[in-house]
Amino acid sequence: MTTKSQQLLNWVDERFPLTSTWKAHLSEYYAPKNFNFWYFFGSLALLVLVIQILTGIFLVMHYKPDASLNASGIPVAFASVEYIMREVPGGWLIRYLHSTGASAFFIVVYLHMFRGLLYGSYRKPRELIWIFGTLIFLALMAEAFMGYLLPWGQMSFWGAQVIVNLFSAIPVIGPDLSVVIRGDFVVSDATLNRFFSFHVIAVPLVLIGLVVAHIVALHEVGSNNPDGVEIKKKKDANGIPLDGIPFHPYYTVKDIVGVVGFLIFFSAIVFFAPEGGGYFLEYNNFIPADPLKTPPHIAPVWYFTPFYSILRAVTYPLFGIDAKFWGVVAMGAAVVIIAFLPWLDRSPVKSIRYKGGLFKGILAVFIVSFFILGYLGVLPPTPGRTLVAQICSVIYFAFFLAMPWYSKIDKCQPEPDRVTFK
Amino acid sequence: MSVDQKMDSGRRQLLVATSAAGGVAAVATAVPFVASLTPSERAKAAGAPVEADISKLAPGEMMTVEWRGKPVWILRRTPEMLASLDKTDAAVSDPESAKEMQPEYAKNKSRSIKPEYLVTVGICTHLGCSPSDKFKVGADSGMGDDWHGGFLCPCHGSKFDLSGRVYKSMPAPDNLEVPPHKYLSDTTILIGDDSKA
Repeated sequence: MTTKSQQLLNWVDERFPLTSTWKAHLSEYYAPKNFNFWYFFGSLALLVLVIQILTGIFLVMHYKPDASLNASGIPVAFASVEYIMREVPGGWLIRYLHSTGASAFFIVVYLHMFRGLLYGSYRKPRELIWIFGTLIFLALMAEAFMGYLLPWGQMSFWGAQVIVNLFSAIPVIGPDLSVVIRGDFVVSDATLNRFFSFHVIAVPLVLIGLVVAHIVALHEVGSNNPDGVEIKKKKDANGIPLDGIPFHPYYTVKDIVGVVGFLIFFSAIVFFAPEGGGYFLEYNNFIPADPLKTPPHIAPVWYFTPFYSILRAVTYPLFGIDAKFWGVVAMGAAVVIIAFLPWLDRSPVKSIRYKGGLFKGILAVFIVSFFILGYLGVLPPTPGRTLVAQICSVIYFAFFLAMPWYSKIDKCQPEPDRVTFK
Repeated sequence: MSVDQKMDSGRRQLLVATSAAGGVAAVATAVPFVASLTPSERAKAAGAPVEADISKLAPGEMMTVEWRGKPVWILRRTPEMLASLDKTDAAVSDPESAKEMQPEYAKNKSRSIKPEYLVTVGICTHLGCSPSDKFKVGADSGMGDDWHGGFLCPCHGSKFDLSGRVYKSMPAPDNLEVPPHKYLSDTTILIGDDSKA
């Protein structure tokens, strides 16, 4: 480095921890050397967050959160999305990047969470990372739900109608609470405007804060790895983990490979199938919101369907309170219970590589049930389907609630001393 | 002040009191923000009654008018349709309209002022979707052979008869709401106002 630039860097470092931050989080952050394919999804989630924020900033320049009807009798909000798609130069691409990005976000995050499940990344000392992660998932769901109202199509309107009405099932405060959420007695312009505000500023701020906390907590304790052994236990004379390599350049370069691979898939969807077969953008949402007519079949977007199925699976009233309230409780519990994993897993080993057949089998059944719940969530309910959803919901909760028991009696193999690496 | 010096409890009390007062002020400041989330005066005033002209409504036909942002259905029932209510009596959960889902004057089997005209809010009492009309009877309806005509909610499958009475064991807990309404003339209904003037 030239002396001039070295002097400038020194000048900054005396006033701001630039070099030390760079070292702590990149060039001297030692990550286990045995990361595999599953470790792409953290950095990819960050990439999608950046895509969503960037495209979102540009969409807001043209979008209008206004439910009133324009001269042609079309809601202004709906018309402004059509305007972005047809008349704003490049608008169609920015909008498709954003709408596809929403689905990509959930794909990447679900895979990222599954990685944690496979390798026990939530186990001590990483409990807080996992809790922050669960909160990120919750914030993401809120963000997606409120963003979905903005195009003001039929699915936007009736989806919001159903979900906001769920809150009215809460005893005593429910009816007033749902009015406060909507800002009106029906889903209306007031609802659209506040969802817009939450979607573009409030929730993204929370999301970014949580992501920072997630990464800071991760870098405090260090990354887990596919073997689930702590690399900090074996250090060299300089205090550097023997199985650790600096994040930069090793993993920055590796993650770029992941980014390229992801962008190939992502672009293919954006350019050739942006509607994702009706799953990423539902066909009924190309019809402007009509408060007088519900589409013949309404279903949430795919990433909500497992939880929506759990909601619908509750059909019995309990303690004199409506079934719909317990449905809401079950849906909320299905997300919140994820945060308790660090204390539910009592296995002597972290990684699935050393866990026994019992855990592997139960995990497989859990994943299959989760997919079935997701599939049922897009279909209209029938008595048979409801029964299947009920069975799968029980499996979903049993996976978590019975974990202290089956993770303890499972026949595990001993963990190695060092990470396995070829 | 050195560390081993005794804590000045007077100052500590002042500190606690000041923090508490500040906390109260912060909570008080939140009041207008929370209040701003509740419906505005304009939203509250938007419940004006609407008039519906039913002169062109043929027997067996239904029209929809918008009242308070919700669909209100006016169904002109044929004698057969009215007769079907006797058949659904046993299958619905609140046949006598005991629950307060209608004004006093609609607390009857036809849930209406004039049996011929059903006036009801077309919003399912479950989660607020608008049910679809299934007026065809029997196997043609796609609702099973013993279907007497009525409404089906597309969201969660709640069924209602031609008086908006919900069938037993449905997700929807209550009958469809009958809004306050009155006849201004034989062919005009005012929805949202039933005051006698």
